[in-house]
Amino acid sequence: MNYIWCGMIIVSIIVSVFNGTVNETINGAFEGAKSAVFTVFSFAGVMCFWTGIMKIAEKAGLSQKIEKLLRPVINFLFPNAGKESKKYIAMNMSANMLGMGNAATPMGIKAMQCLDKENDRPLYASDNMCMLVVLNTTSVQLIPTTIIALRVAANSANPFSVILPIWIASLTAVFTAVIFAKLYFRRRKL
Amino acid sequence: MIYVIPAVIAIVLTVSLAKKMPSYELFIDGAEEGMKIVAGIFPPLVAVLTAAYMLRASGTLDIIISFLAPVTKLIPAEVMPLALIRPLSGSGAIGILTEILNTHGADSEIGRIASVIMGSTETTFYCLCVYFAKTRVKHNLKAVPFAAAGDIVGIITAVILIKLVNF
Repeated sequence: MNYIWCGMIIVSIIVSVFNGTVNETINGAFEGAKSAVFTVFSFAGVMCFWTGIMKIAEKAGLSQKIEKLLRPVINFLFPNAGKESKKYIAMNMSANMLGMGNAATPMGIKAMQCLDKENDRPLYASDNMCMLVVLNTTSVQLIPTTIIALRVAANSANPFSVILPIWIASLTAVFTAVIFAKLYFRRRKL
Repeated sequence: MIYVIPAVIAIVLTVSLAKKMPSYELFIDGAEEGMKIVAGIFPPLVAVLTAAYMLRASGTLDIIISFLAPVTKLIPAEVMPLALIRPLSGSGAIGILTEILNTHGADSEIGRIASVIMGSTETTFYCLCVYFAKTRVKHNLKAVPFAAAGDIVGIITAVILIKLVNF
């Protein structure tokens, strides 16, 4: 990220000298900083509203419901994981689905440490560990709160219009990643 | 689709009332967590948005886009910066998405494609680092191709859904 960010700015300045757009570029920087403030202000309310609702949902037992629903999925995806690992994996997945990234990551890390203990070749990532990371690098969210809040901030007339395509696209992404991983693990065992 | 969101809210609140939970306090609690997220997003948002606006104003973005022309037959060039930065940085992606939504409009085709890409992919490389950091594993490259495949499929599906199916 260091290189990318510095690169973006340095290259912009160099190009602006050649393009004769120096003024526009510097103004662009301030324009960007200004829009960050606008975005955060209009974004904050919606974001907090959803994290508030999701907090109630979580405490009302939605997390446990999702964890229960996920049990067969987890048994299929992590056939030889231990009980404790599976518990943390379930918590990690349900937090991800509720869009609580801050809660999901610590659970995921705990799950990883459990899987690490079960790993008989500790220097190499086990199949289960890979599967967990793959699940976490493809996101399925019931309500993509951040995106909705950003769309509200950008004056969208219909901020929710993207939910259905997001579900479809992310499910397709998860299935592809999981199927690839499963096929690879299976082939190697033969 | 209009009913999904109000239904979710109504169900959540009804269940919490039925269970005699302190719904209001919980909401405030959650909103406070949201505030922390927002506060955490702001500094990187300033950083990325300034850089992104400079990139566009200087004309660098047009140069990059013309370089990517072969790929962009499938994926619109305007969302390529998002697709490129998404695996590396979550706040970076939020910044780029904001810039796209402000420039092209949140309800435009570009704006919707960008939103769906944002929703269907993850900060893959960041995730890989964080998750393996506390384990004994030294060789974790095995997971990369699967995760990357998921992201690429997510991006392509996003484009197909918005462009062809026109959600």
